[in-house]
Amino acid sequence: MVRPDRRGFETLSIHAGSRPDPETGAVVPPIYKTASFVFEDTAHAAALFNLERPGHIYSRISNPTVAVFEERMAALEGGVGAVATASGQAALHLAVATLMGQGGHIVTSSALYGGTTNLFVHTLPRFGIETTFVDPSDIDAFRRAIRPETRMVYGETIGNPTMGVLDLPAVAAVAHDAGVPFVVDNTFATPYLCRPFEWGADIVLHSATKYICGHGTVIGGVLVDGGTFDWEEAGKYPTLTEPAAAYHGVDFSEEFGPAAFAARARADGLRDFGAAMAPETAFSLLQGLETLPVRMDRHVANAVAVAEFLEAAPEVAWVSYPGLASHPDHGLAVKLLPRGAGGILAFGIEGGREAGRRFIESVEVFTHLANVGDVRSLVIHPASTTHQQMSAEELEAAGVGEELIRVSVGLENIDDLLTDLRRALRASQKGM
Amino acid sequence: MELTVDGANVFVHTGGVVPDPSLPAVVMLHGAGMDHSVWRFQARALAHEGFAVFAPDLPGHGRSAGKAPSAIGDAAAWVAEFVDEVGLGRISVVGHSMGSLIGIELAVVSDLVDRLVLIGTSGEMAVHPDLLAAAETGDRLAVDLIVGWAFGTAGRRGGHPQAGTWLPASAVRLLERSLDGPLGSDLAACAEYPGLDRASQVRAPTLVVQGAEDRMTPVRAARKLVEVIPDARLEVVPGAGHMVMVEAPDQVRRLLEGFLAG
Repeated sequence: MVRPDRRGFETLSIHAGSRPDPETGAVVPPIYKTASFVFEDTAHAAALFNLERPGHIYSRISNPTVAVFEERMAALEGGVGAVATASGQAALHLAVATLMGQGGHIVTSSALYGGTTNLFVHTLPRFGIETTFVDPSDIDAFRRAIRPETRMVYGETIGNPTMGVLDLPAVAAVAHDAGVPFVVDNTFATPYLCRPFEWGADIVLHSATKYICGHGTVIGGVLVDGGTFDWEEAGKYPTLTEPAAAYHGVDFSEEFGPAAFAARARADGLRDFGAAMAPETAFSLLQGLETLPVRMDRHVANAVAVAEFLEAAPEVAWVSYPGLASHPDHGLAVKLLPRGAGGILAFGIEGGREAGRRFIESVEVFTHLANVGDVRSLVIHPASTTHQQMSAEELEAAGVGEELIRVSVGLENIDDLLTDLRRALRASQKGM
Repeated sequence: MELTVDGANVFVHTGGVVPDPSLPAVVMLHGAGMDHSVWRFQARALAHEGFAVFAPDLPGHGRSAGKAPSAIGDAAAWVAEFVDEVGLGRISVVGHSMGSLIGIELAVVSDLVDRLVLIGTSGEMAVHPDLLAAAETGDRLAVDLIVGWAFGTAGRRGGHPQAGTWLPASAVRLLERSLDGPLGSDLAACAEYPGLDRASQVRAPTLVVQGAEDRMTPVRAARKLVEVIPDARLEVVPGAGHMVMVEAPDQVRRLLEGFLAG
């Protein structure tokens, strides 16, 4: 039996989207630091603006360096196209703005990054978009929350910061039964550990600031179009299936087929909202992608060791890491994240907020800051930082207690990490 | 636009404009398991540059209803009926892969074809038996085999001029949608068609566009086709494979514009 000829993830992470520079032979994609691109003649200019021909016009809409990053991300996720954005939050906003307008409704898992919760709870309602939050472990709750005006079902592969694994195929089935796309934030897993399109997602987004960058140097985001959702059949996405008055009457679904969503998000969304990625940022992210597979393997190995250490530590009340057999979603993690459950975990420290403060102020190798997915190991107390804007009820719904500490395990020597944790845990309990 | 042909609804992409009947008509025919969207880098441009473009989803493909033709001859007869239904006179035909065989047959059995463009073509389109078996049983392997063979360096490595476009996944999505439908019968129809023999009867001026790295219909096979068509020339596009019109969109567009304008 003949076998399919396809390239592996590690090869795509280094090569996809990139060819040697035709002018110079440079093998690494150059930073095209230019706002605009010269037209060959007036006919060429008109054809580009009218989407008759592919090509770059203005770096707010597309840029050659950014395009390499976009294409590589699409290849790694298995999507038909990608649109890079100024941040992960910009990618989420672009998805929402492409799928719906005033009167739209979102059904989402309640286990979310705090910034996403803010957008859904406080900001989108000002524009007439409502959101219903549901317990991610209750699949039927997603079904019950869907309304006629629902335009997107949303969740995170691994919920931030509680580390629950979303049952992607189950939630996708609910969304598709309702004729609604399933949008997944895959930031914590990365496409190396989980490819949500293979489990029913239709659109994937990332905060590329995290593992994709890997080094904590830039802010960026990306939206990947799976090309799986039939916008015509759903019949409720006029931005994708009806002539766009704001764009020369283009019917994106007819013109771009499976890549309709990505095309509209770029042509309309980047043009009008302008949250574009800078080429320098794309360059840094491409550097990160080249080593993503090897970094993720080490992140996972170190995270497993840290999780097992914490689980045995007397100063720790509980540990939430889906790679541990004790985690309620361990079975889902084994199924959806076969290479490992990522490098981020949460734990509850004995002694609550005060012990947490002492712990964070006692670590030396771990760094206290608001980020994850860095080569450096990081710690934070979400209730007082990333999730500070949430009410007590919202914190409870999101599973964020005052004792919760989030850990992003980096690539340092594992013995150094465990020694640092041991010392800080002891310090956290002094005088308690 | 949508219309009814042979009792079934047909979806036709016209490049974003209402076709002007006074302009030269171009009918663009997609390949096995595909739909009109494979012409997205040429149809809109041609429609805005002086041509009346008609890129139908063949019966049973994309958004068109009806049963997929089980033989190239049947497909050509359907295109003739489509041309009649639209009210076109003589037309130029641009066909990719299976669509190129339909174009050859239409040019032989009718006097409709003024100019013929054959893209990713071969006189004898042998289909690997494992692929044929997988396609006929709806086995996902068929999709993976086609996508693995369909692209040259341009498609496999990327660097597409349409920012952020990853071509292999687009092909996967189109083929997935046809796996339970026409893909198997399309491939069987291609394998059975005696294209080299039929092509010798083509009298229309013919342009053959081939990707230099086409592994499904290699350049050497296209050369044989060019040799038997009395008025034919071959253009080979470097770096591209079987899906040359999406892999090298500008090169193919320029070739079409030049040839179709006469």
